[in-house]
Amino acid sequence: MEGLKDAILQYVTKEYLEDDSEPIDFETALISGGIVDSFSMVSLKRFLENKYGIQIPDDKATPEAFDSVNKIATLVEEFVGKKG
Amino acid sequence: MSHIGSYETRIKDFDWAISEKELGYKPGDVINIGWYATDRICQMGKAAKTALIHEGFTGSEKRYTYNDIRLASNAIGAFLRGLGLKDEDRVCLFMDRIPELYLGFLGILKIGAIAQPLFSAFGDESLLVRLSNAETSAILTQKKHVFKVRKILDKLPHLKHIIIVDHDGKAPLKEREVAFSLEGSKPVENLECFPTKAESPSVLHYTSGTTGMPKGVQHVHYSLISQYLTAKWVLDLQENDIYWCTADPGWVTGTSYGIIAPFSLGVTQCVLDSGFSTEAWYRFIEKNRISMWYSAPTAIRSLMKGGDEVVKKFDLSCLRHLASVGEPLNSEAVVWSERVFGKPFLDTYWQTETGCIVISNYPGMEVRPGSMGKPFPGITGTILDPIRNEPYAAPGKIGLVALKFDWPSRMRTYWRNPEAFQKKFRNNWYMTGDRAKMDQDGYYWFAGRDDDIINTAGHLVSPFEVESALLEHPAVAESAVVSKPDPLNLEVVKAFVTVKPGFVASKDLDLEIMNFIRKKLSPLAMPQEIEFVDSLPKTRSGKIMRRILHAKEWGEDIGDTSTLENE
Repeated sequence: MEGLKDAILQYVTKEYLEDDSEPIDFETALISGGIVDSFSMVSLKRFLENKYGIQIPDDKATPEAFDSVNKIATLVEEFVGKKG
Repeated sequence: MSHIGSYETRIKDFDWAISEKELGYKPGDVINIGWYATDRICQMGKAAKTALIHEGFTGSEKRYTYNDIRLASNAIGAFLRGLGLKDEDRVCLFMDRIPELYLGFLGILKIGAIAQPLFSAFGDESLLVRLSNAETSAILTQKKHVFKVRKILDKLPHLKHIIIVDHDGKAPLKEREVAFSLEGSKPVENLECFPTKAESPSVLHYTSGTTGMPKGVQHVHYSLISQYLTAKWVLDLQENDIYWCTADPGWVTGTSYGIIAPFSLGVTQCVLDSGFSTEAWYRFIEKNRISMWYSAPTAIRSLMKGGDEVVKKFDLSCLRHLASVGEPLNSEAVVWSERVFGKPFLDTYWQTETGCIVISNYPGMEVRPGSMGKPFPGITGTILDPIRNEPYAAPGKIGLVALKFDWPSRMRTYWRNPEAFQKKFRNNWYMTGDRAKMDQDGYYWFAGRDDDIINTAGHLVSPFEVESALLEHPAVAESAVVSKPDPLNLEVVKAFVTVKPGFVASKDLDLEIMNFIRKKLSPLAMPQEIEFVDSLPKTRSGKIMRRILHAKEWGEDIGDTSTLENE
């Protein structure tokens, strides 16, 4: 789980934050905190699907489910588990 | 009792002088929106009334009275004037929905400069095109967005001042940068507003075109006359209302009905500067006892997706009147809102170019779910036969939505592009670019766009702009961009791409291109789907036939293919 969270955190930091932005952690609010908007969520979802070989249904990809690295990791685990 | 009373009575003897009289304006007078939205309200004895309740990302709340927004907009105006900025200079606002965005907008108007709001999620390429075209003199921004300005600074010789409103002193200011702190500035009791007249330019909003680069829609201070009265009669803003317009002032709804109209009516409005979440929105309504809520179909559909149960967790009995804008509001959303909130969302129709609501549903008028409603009193609309460019003799046929171009807040031109402005007219009718039909009772029913522009979540995206940006990606040989149906956003951007030799289409390349467009243009313009193809349909002269790709995405007949290269 920690490895998963680290990979998501690293991706979000690289793709959605600027060099001089305040660092984020696993609990930082991503959607409600304005770091990732609802349109950009689509590319974040695509990243997760590509990297972990899963399909996240649209009804599960809600702003609430994507609101922190911790929440995203829980969602991904659910589908990685189903895949296995 | 609603302000409009009876729609039928209002259209009989309508005159925009009704609005002029209420605002105390006489033709030939000075008219400055910044003054009307602040100083005038204070002079009416409402200086201590709350004008703005602002909640930021962290949940922190700030409240401003009308006297506060008067003093703050004076302070910003005085600061800009101190930098040497003057009437008709273009001053861009490139910020999140922080108080400085709202107050800065008014400050810019007070000194007679032209406010140029731009959506803060725009990437550097989108910013460059718009700042270059307007020859913008100054930009008000935040430290989190200034890096985009720095990237393109070399290409912007006209940009003299980059004003950072939240500079904390940790990093040094760079070339042309200056810090301004609203909280640290002294209140300015008296600022001499520039004596703008009815036709003095006020706001420059950029809108997407089908074939060319974005165009600057130029508005004037006289637009206030329409914005004031439409807000009063359609949004039915009343003295004790707590109003929430969810639009971002980077777009026209956020300025016409998120700044100009509510403040000139002297109502209390709320701003929530945070990302969307169902519970956060309901909590915000409950906490602030919001009574008038102006939102967008995509947001309403997102709330519908959240279900009915979550609504019951909140006391939303404060809601008195609901309206929607940005894209057609589907009938299911109207029926749903009536069920869960006890009130229907009334659809309103207008554009950046119209400056105000032009076709709408009204309080007290029968709501026909899914209909755009009827033209605002004083506005003449019709459905034109696209062959004859004349109004259809009888209702029921789908044609082009056209308007007589004579109301106060109509755009005056496209910034330094009179040719594009002229192309908006046929047979003296202003062409909206939308298709609709009218029923026997005069209600308009939206049928679709008449061009290739993509309306995603109420924001217009130019396929041309996305195609141009795609070609800058090293792997892309050719591209064609069309809309694709989407249950939440109405439409989303889809790109068809051929790759250059040496590149292979893959999931990783797909994601890389998506992110490339997101950063270069904006998240809205990012293709939500990229289809890699071997070739694109073209005419024999080599022009890409977008309409064929569009028809396939929408399951429509692809029409005449006689000019297709490979037929």
